[in-house]
Amino acid sequence: MGSSLDRPARVGLITDQTGPLSFMGIANANVARMVVDDINERGGLLGRPVEWIVKDDQSKPDLARTLYEQLITADKVDLLMGPYATGAILSAMGVAQRYNKVLVHHTFGIPSLAKYEMQFPAWSLGSDPATTVPNTLFDALAAGPKPPKMVAVVTNKFPSIQFMTAGAREVMKKRGLQEVLFLEWDFGNRDFGPIAARIKDAKPDFVWVGAIGLDGNLLLDAMKKIDYEPPQHFYLYPAPGPLVSLPEAKNALAVTIFEDQPPFTSNPGAAEFVKLYHERATKAGLADPSVETQAAASYTAWQILEAGVNATKSLDDKAIATWLKANRVDTIQGKLRFNGPGNYGDDLMRIKQVQNGHWVVVWPKEVTSGGAKLQAN
Amino acid sequence: MPGFTLPSATLLAQSVLSGIFVGALYGLMGLGLSLSWGLLRIINLAHFAFAFLAAYICYQLASHGVDPLLTLVGIVPAFFLLGVLLHWLMARFRMTTFNSLLLTFGLMGIVEAVIQTIWTADFRKLESAYANQKFKLGALFFPVPELITLVLAVSLALSIWAVLRYTDLGRALRAAAEDPAVAAAFGVDQRRNGLLLAGTCAALVSIAGVCIALTATLAPSQMYAWIGVVFAAVMLGGLGSAIGPLVAGLLIGVSEAVTMAVTAPSWAPIVSFTLLIVVLVFRPGKAA
Repeated sequence: MGSSLDRPARVGLITDQTGPLSFMGIANANVARMVVDDINERGGLLGRPVEWIVKDDQSKPDLARTLYEQLITADKVDLLMGPYATGAILSAMGVAQRYNKVLVHHTFGIPSLAKYEMQFPAWSLGSDPATTVPNTLFDALAAGPKPPKMVAVVTNKFPSIQFMTAGAREVMKKRGLQEVLFLEWDFGNRDFGPIAARIKDAKPDFVWVGAIGLDGNLLLDAMKKIDYEPPQHFYLYPAPGPLVSLPEAKNALAVTIFEDQPPFTSNPGAAEFVKLYHERATKAGLADPSVETQAAASYTAWQILEAGVNATKSLDDKAIATWLKANRVDTIQGKLRFNGPGNYGDDLMRIKQVQNGHWVVVWPKEVTSGGAKLQAN
Repeated sequence: MPGFTLPSATLLAQSVLSGIFVGALYGLMGLGLSLSWGLLRIINLAHFAFAFLAAYICYQLASHGVDPLLTLVGIVPAFFLLGVLLHWLMARFRMTTFNSLLLTFGLMGIVEAVIQTIWTADFRKLESAYANQKFKLGALFFPVPELITLVLAVSLALSIWAVLRYTDLGRALRAAAEDPAVAAAFGVDQRRNGLLLAGTCAALVSIAGVCIALTATLAPSQMYAWIGVVFAAVMLGGLGSAIGPLVAGLLIGVSEAVTMAVTAPSWAPIVSFTLLIVVLVFRPGKAA
């Protein structure tokens, strides 16, 4: 009978392969497949080949909880990789805590809810993004060609979106901006016609859209149908591929932690990752094979986990967690730290904009794409 | 109500228009479902999957340069055959109404998986010449894809109504739904008529699918988002009715849109289900 060192190191991952969040889940699975192949080509983790077990939570947080439990108790995985989306991550966190497992997760949107000491975020949005991210955005707008005064705030009620929008409203108030419209809709809303008509009626000079997934496209479609073009517009977490391909999305703003362009691709390993991801995503038939926040956060999560294992030379969760808290990790987002509140480090969220059919980073100045500047319609 | 505002006349009128357009799609989606449920006693959840399968096929053909409306020439007969095949299978195994619900729910999952395998879970948007076309009347805008949907929904509902009302086939179908034994005694070929109607229902929903492709961005899981509101339209409109789902769809669409225009959009979904509950409470026979 062989020792445990002879068998592969098992990593368990739950991701949304089906259901309304699957458009992002497939990016995670794509990255995981790519990273595991890469690690195995480099000799594996601590000399052991990596075997990854992926399960589909169908975009349901309650199912994510059950499946993580299965990964630990039935599949006997050595390490966990976190899921995508706040609800599923929160579910996974509870299971990880019960079994004292390290949980590196992809895109958790409400850091104040991350109470477990062995969870580590791969999405570097800081510990108070509801304040810092809107401030970054309004700094960018204030330095732009048409600093806004009257803002329409429209938002999906998806929890992490609602949380950020609430923060943005507070920031707006403190900055003396006038809120001319505030609307909320439920996740899965089909008819954006009346919302577009109300925005047009409110005559804002800036529209904050608490968007997730397709909301931005649907709203812009509805705006086009009534011949309305917002003067300046921001979409919180849009599906980036579909949005950038829409002509009406001209000058649309969004946030990002990584884009497949300099200076981001100058970070160690980033250019290689971008090239490989593009190849794999194209081969997998994805409509949008470009690297952005989701794929980048997913890749970063694997970098964090691998760094912890290699540095401690073990698969011991406690040792990995202790090391991660005390050290910075080199990732494609830069050097990340985990010693802030809730193990969060710095807010590295940047502002990007659709210009000439491409996403370009326009703020802060030191990371802009070739000196690109914010534009208004 | 939270955030209630008095809308301008233009905003209100544009919202009503938006409600009419989306309501027409509810009605078109509900037409085949209502006929299948009311006349064949089959609750076909795969109806929604067929709509999206047709939408994706339309998207695929259109991305190769075929006019989206021309795709109907191939899609409608293909889905007619699919509907016939499904009904033949269900008749072969003497499916009860409840079992048809379970079977078609499973089929819906299978079709979703097939769609995801072929087109992935990524969003797909049909870019057509119709997308940017619209008419302006005063301050109001009439987008062409939505107008096409409205025209198709109204003309198909009226045509089906006329067939059911004035033809021997229609009378036979209604008689078989009312009392199969007596209808059989009068020589009604229920097997043949059932296959014909099931094929028609699938063909109708494929037309709805093409309208979805024209007006919306596609993702496999979105088929589930339509179930609640289309069921509400079918039940409000009356099972087996051709005109009912359209009228109910328009009522729901307009009520939702006006709700969104005057108060928080998140209140809109409450409207359709409140309407349904009211009808079930005060006119229970209407949705039986």
